[in-house]
Amino acid sequence: MSGMLSASLLIEVSYYVAAFLFIMGLKKMSSPVTAAGGIKWAGLGMVVATAITFLYPDMHNFVLMTAAIFIGGVLAWWTGKRVAMTDMPQMIALYNGMGGGSAAAISAVELLGGRELGPVVTTLAVLGGLIGSVSFSGSIIAFGKLQGLIRKDFRFRGQNILNLVFLAAATAIGVTMIAAGAGNANGVALMFGLALVLGVTMTLPIGGADMPVVISLYNALTGLAVAFDGFVIDNAAMIIAGTVVGSAGTLLTQLMAKAMNRSLANVLFSGFGDTAGATGEVTGSMKAIEANDAAIMMAFAEKVLIVPGYGMAVAQAQHKIWEFCQLLQDRGVTVKFAIHPVAGRMPGHMNVLLAEAGVPYDIIYDEDEINAEFDTTDVALVIGANDVVNPVARSDPSSPIFGMPILNADKARNCIVVKRGQGAGFSGIENALFFLDNTRMLYGDGQAMASALIQSVKEL
Amino acid sequence: MDASTFSLTGFAALYIFMLAAFTGYEVIAKVPAILHTPLMSGSNFVHGIVLVGAMVALGHAETPAGYIIGFIGVLLGAGNAVGGYVVTERMLEMFKSSGEKK
Repeated sequence: MSGMLSASLLIEVSYYVAAFLFIMGLKKMSSPVTAAGGIKWAGLGMVVATAITFLYPDMHNFVLMTAAIFIGGVLAWWTGKRVAMTDMPQMIALYNGMGGGSAAAISAVELLGGRELGPVVTTLAVLGGLIGSVSFSGSIIAFGKLQGLIRKDFRFRGQNILNLVFLAAATAIGVTMIAAGAGNANGVALMFGLALVLGVTMTLPIGGADMPVVISLYNALTGLAVAFDGFVIDNAAMIIAGTVVGSAGTLLTQLMAKAMNRSLANVLFSGFGDTAGATGEVTGSMKAIEANDAAIMMAFAEKVLIVPGYGMAVAQAQHKIWEFCQLLQDRGVTVKFAIHPVAGRMPGHMNVLLAEAGVPYDIIYDEDEINAEFDTTDVALVIGANDVVNPVARSDPSSPIFGMPILNADKARNCIVVKRGQGAGFSGIENALFFLDNTRMLYGDGQAMASALIQSVKEL
Repeated sequence: MDASTFSLTGFAALYIFMLAAFTGYEVIAKVPAILHTPLMSGSNFVHGIVLVGAMVALGHAETPAGYIIGFIGVLLGAGNAVGGYVVTERMLEMFKSSGEKK
């Protein structure tokens, strides 16, 4: 038995090390200086934990196990290496959904195993299964929506009640299994089926703009499901890693919802645009500017703040914009990027897109760091952003975006807005910034306009 | 199953749960917004530890249904861990300061 004992001691030590590496890795990921190292440490923890699990006592099915790891790993590796940075949010959703599905599968296997689990373990298995299933199917719908595979927001009267019925039914079945202290095949099939349907019906009505919050929520839920399943199979590394992600993900979800001026309940239970109608009245007219004049304005400025939005990434203009910034920097202009929390498709996404273009992170600033600086800025260059610079969010209580934190581009001495046409923004709200006396509109495709700006500065 | 030396009794597990919850909150609380996307991706990778649980579940499965569901669980768990790692590393590798660039 001493061989057995040392094997299980080795396993426990390895899981302990893995849990330490996960937390240290996440800690390092909280600073851009150490972040790249952080993921590597966490990765090492994963390799250690996975390798040592092959030594777990009384295990069989190793061929199936290795095949599954190989297939799942290779597919994920291949897709992860290929995905474009703009498509990152939906890939995170997809990988997260896989984790939720895996947690649900653990619960299903344990509930179907025919073992007497007892009420506590059965409860945790049921919870892990329910949450994991919702996270699995919900994340896949989120992926489908962001990928453009599902274009419609399916909304109908009473959908919240229907979801509640699904949830209640699935829970009721779970309770019967808890009362019995063990799972049964029919109960498991029905409960998991209902939970999977619930994930779909919960996610389908949610619009694309709110999807990051939902993905973040499912990320937290998967963490929680993993923690519950960690209790079920008596695995401390899963409990720790799952719980850390569950609480961190919950905080991250709140931060995102706050940045978008939405409450989580609002995101989940009602669609944006339900309050539509208030388009706001804006007086004045939009004044156009030529690329050449805009370039001169910025080339002779002391300080230029660039406000990028997702439109810039859609136009693939970030590389050109960075080239333009470097030309300005060479002329002694101070250039900074001002990033709204929801500038990309999820908070921090714009930073990834700018980093990909080569923009160093130390000239990129958050809204609360930079907003006071607009007063002393000569030119604010807004490219591909709209609602996040709309001053009605500060001034007009009747506007749907009233109260949302915005970047104060209107307070700069001059504001240049690169925009494709004259239409309203993503939310359909007219932007008062475009009509201000010190705002000039540079109409055209983001990339073409950035090229024109580069050309003009070079010719000076 | 009980060959594990340090089996978690109920309250030890509850203490771990509580402390880990606070740890997760505190670790994330200081993260600048510029890292939110990689961080979500990184935490998504960390719950890929579910792979270990799925391996144990499959390793102890004894029915055809158990084999199938366990296989799917391991496959999905591996996808979570590997995919989460690859995309997080790709994103974080790109973050450079002015001093480091080119």
